[in-house]
Amino acid sequence: MQEKLLDIKNLEVIYSADRQTVHAINTISLSMNKGETLGLVGETGAGKTTLALTLLRLLPKQNGRIIGGEVLFQGHDLIKATEADMRLVRGSQISMIFQDPMSSLNPVLTVGEQIAEAIRLHMNLAKDQIENRVEEMLRLVGIMESRKNDYPHQFSGGMKQRVVIAIALACEPDLLLADEPTTALDVTIQAQILDMMQELKEKVNTSILLITHDLGVVAEFCDTVAIMYAGEIVEYGTAQDIYDGEFNHPYTEGLFGSIPDIHSNANRLNPIEGLMPDPTNLPSGCKFHPRCPKCMEICKSTAPAVYEKDNHKIQCHFYAQSEKRE
Amino acid sequence: MQVLTPLLETKNLKKYFPTPSGRIHAVDGISLSISKGQTLGVVGESGCGKSTLGRTVLRLLEPDAGEILFEGESILGVDKRLARKKFKDMQIIFQDPYASLNPRMTLSDIILEPMKINKFLPTNKELDDRVNELMEIVGLAPRLYNAYPHELDGGRRQRVGVARALALMPKFIVCDEPVSALDVSIQAQILNLMMDLQDKMDLTYMFITHNLSVVKHISDQIMVMYLGQCIELTSSDELFKNPLHPYTKALLDAIPIPRLRSPGFKRKSIQGELTSPIDPPPGCRFAARCPYVTEACEGRDIPLREVEVNHKVACVLFDK
Repeated sequence: MQEKLLDIKNLEVIYSADRQTVHAINTISLSMNKGETLGLVGETGAGKTTLALTLLRLLPKQNGRIIGGEVLFQGHDLIKATEADMRLVRGSQISMIFQDPMSSLNPVLTVGEQIAEAIRLHMNLAKDQIENRVEEMLRLVGIMESRKNDYPHQFSGGMKQRVVIAIALACEPDLLLADEPTTALDVTIQAQILDMMQELKEKVNTSILLITHDLGVVAEFCDTVAIMYAGEIVEYGTAQDIYDGEFNHPYTEGLFGSIPDIHSNANRLNPIEGLMPDPTNLPSGCKFHPRCPKCMEICKSTAPAVYEKDNHKIQCHFYAQSEKRE
Repeated sequence: MQVLTPLLETKNLKKYFPTPSGRIHAVDGISLSISKGQTLGVVGESGCGKSTLGRTVLRLLEPDAGEILFEGESILGVDKRLARKKFKDMQIIFQDPYASLNPRMTLSDIILEPMKINKFLPTNKELDDRVNELMEIVGLAPRLYNAYPHELDGGRRQRVGVARALALMPKFIVCDEPVSALDVSIQAQILNLMMDLQDKMDLTYMFITHNLSVVKHISDQIMVMYLGQCIELTSSDELFKNPLHPYTKALLDAIPIPRLRSPGFKRKSIQGELTSPIDPPPGCRFAARCPYVTEACEGRDIPLREVEVNHKVACVLFDK
């Protein structure tokens, strides 16, 4: 039995705004093993980033609230942890790569100082050891160590993202949350960064939660995949299950149908009709039913249970019913 | 075979931007031709000059050299006010549906404005009917008639952008990354809409994007740009079946495909980044990143030449 690194149980998160309640995460359960790479896929507003911020307890204080559930990280519940404990976790055990490399670096500090900051806070090292570690990290992400005294504006987008990755990995975290790490980059640079992350994954043996909307990136990079829709995980399985499995959630099928594929000759795309539901006013029953081509009467009133087969989980009435019939 | 007449042609089009450290060669000698009812896809990474090209062919930016012919007539040198007549036939859809709509105008006003300016229809009643018709064509519910842009999501906003571009019944539309800011499921809806409209109204598109898989779907011809120059120009099928230029190959390899690869798969990604577009030295601009670079690549400009029927490439590898 593999060691569980992260175990999220029935997590619920809301944002309150103008007397309305935004249901960002609705009863999510998810677990990750050590060394595993999990792809979290969904469209804008599905709650992917909220989930990552919840794990680090970085939700905006004024309006974000965790209203239930547990987040067990190496056996400890992060939701009950004090702020002081969280500070020890952030950056050393769990670290995060943010989406936009342009705005996640401090423009008035050199990149060397920014990498050193994380090391100084979390690793008990002498001054020259810190310097050595900074140079080692820069080499690791493919930047010449002589550039450590340069400022972020002297780097290109791809190089900045490498610096951000160096900061995130500096303290050898057990879990790395990568929030759309390549979305802001050009494809050739994206390919370079993905190759580098792949290599680092093997070298450093960090578990990675990769948040993305790009099913192509997930196919290349992830062991397991969770598909998120309107604050719920509608499908979970190994990459094999999701890409080559016999059956998928209708939303997952819709996502695949929407991607223009350079290797197919189909002329029209098969998009999902309609739009994401308003998170302040989620539909009853299955949250996907207004857009679902396989919608049945029961879907409109009752939230579907999770149908599970060999650890491939689908939250959908369609499969639960076909199982009963068999 | 049907004879295709070019609707838009450019000859050796150049647009430079002066900066304190030299001139940025944003568009550097582009010659292209788009036939009526066809779509030319323009692909390249950020900074390659594709948006500048789109704006220059509409004379939103004045070119520094070269010619632009629309329906066989030059649109350069003509007084801008006189040229407006022509510009009615040439429209643009912008990349960012959040920034390209005036937040203080209602949807109907936004769609109406080009028709008002050009006195497209004589009476208010007719104008109003036309706005409703356009909203229906692009799939906007009538209840949104008086809505403001902030009330809409990205997909609906982009539909407003499409409706506005269609208002004057143009023949040619420059689509500058119209779906890049949208989610995949919405992206597919908008792409389908644009293809349907092209069939119905016999539109000609110049479709600018960085996403090769999007461009494959919608284009007849594809032009690959690198630092202001066209490096490969051929039909869409041919480009994906038989890419010739090393940069095109690298671009195609770099796209993550939504399918599992065989174990042990290794991508051949190109190293390095775009070199500076400021006063580049003569020679192939991709040479610094190219795995096949030779001495012949430097020192002289590499012309775009037809190496196979309807397949042009600018690379010394294909010199006989």
